[in-house]
Amino acid sequence: MKQSTTLEIMVGLFVALGLAALFMLAMKVSNISALNNEDGYEVKVHFVNVGGLKVRSPVTVAGVRVGRVVRIEFDDKLLEALVVLKIKHGVRLPSDSIASIFTAGLLGEQYVGLEPGGADTYLKEGDVIALGQSALILEQIIGRVLFSKAAEGKGQ
Amino acid sequence: MLTWLARLGRAGLSFFERLGRGHLFLMQVLAGVPGLLLRPRLVIQQIYSVGVLSLVIIVVSGLFVGMVLGLQGYNTLADFGAAESLGVMVALSLVRELGPVVTALLFGGRAGSALTAEIGLMKATEQLSGMEMMAVDPLRRVIAPRFVAGVIAMPLLAAIFSAVGVIGGYFVGVGLLGVDDGAFWSQMQARVDWNKDVINGVIKSLAFGLVATWIAVYEGYDATPTAEGVSRATTRTVVHTALAVLGLDFVLTALMFGE
Repeated sequence: MKQSTTLEIMVGLFVALGLAALFMLAMKVSNISALNNEDGYEVKVHFVNVGGLKVRSPVTVAGVRVGRVVRIEFDDKLLEALVVLKIKHGVRLPSDSIASIFTAGLLGEQYVGLEPGGADTYLKEGDVIALGQSALILEQIIGRVLFSKAAEGKGQ
Repeated sequence: MLTWLARLGRAGLSFFERLGRGHLFLMQVLAGVPGLLLRPRLVIQQIYSVGVLSLVIIVVSGLFVGMVLGLQGYNTLADFGAAESLGVMVALSLVRELGPVVTALLFGGRAGSALTAEIGLMKATEQLSGMEMMAVDPLRRVIAPRFVAGVIAMPLLAAIFSAVGVIGGYFVGVGLLGVDDGAFWSQMQARVDWNKDVINGVIKSLAFGLVATWIAVYEGYDATPTAEGVSRATTRTVVHTALAVLGLDFVLTALMFGE
């Protein structure tokens, strides 16, 4: 009897250790605790080009994360990309805020940066942000630089 | 020429025969599983010998794998000026791939071979047929508890492996090489997804546990009941487990992360 209880305790400890490891993976390693399934209100914004933006990319105001991208679709009426952002409850943003797509670091992931405007009304569920500034596409910038260089060369 | 053809045919037939017998065997074992709810002690005993006794090798290997990942990853990432991403790299490679796969390989070598040898020896010494004489079904009394214990223990061992590996990577990355503590964890939390990465890793380890234990108990039950037969069966367990796990890993990875 003595031995069988030790065995049970060992097995119990083993299972507890396994679950603790899983718990650590959940809380410490993955982002389940952060912004997963969190409540919020959705606002839409149109971009000419979303570049490398992905679903779950962060949405920031003044560098502080306030939400995530929940959907990216192609709007075939405007022929633009429709991006749906979910912003945490309690974050009130003026309705004339501007959304831009920025890149974190030189080759880092892309995120949506919101610049608050000055309006008295606030964004609410289902609103559309009027101004969306597209992502910078490296190839286009290089193309533009080359083009202007070529134009300069002609002028001389 | 004809004998060669005949041999090829016999080899092919025996391969399919073994494959078919293996699946029928699995069905019979699964049929015996519900009966174990009445006798959980049998399963607990097996979890001890399959899981608890494998703990040391899993923890030590996990620690060293994590530490090596930390060292290697740091050297490569530092070239790109992205040493802060070390946490992401260590955690993703452990949770997605190395945790389940290496645990399954170690599990096959440590626990699977022991299961095969034990069951094979029971068969060789006619304990299994003895049980049948006493109207005790060895599939339910001997095989099913071992099978269930393996399937339960494998995901737990893989989770422990991944967690210990991350800690090992943390020791080397932050403690030894001077990566920033906050960046290590925050980048990891930002990039590792619970549903996509951790849960998929658990599903993988569950599938590997099922396959590895199935191979181990089947090889033992199907062994030629001689000393040589048992030793061959044990070797086959380790080899087949490694092949099955690596092959299955590719299929599962393609399904989960192929998009």
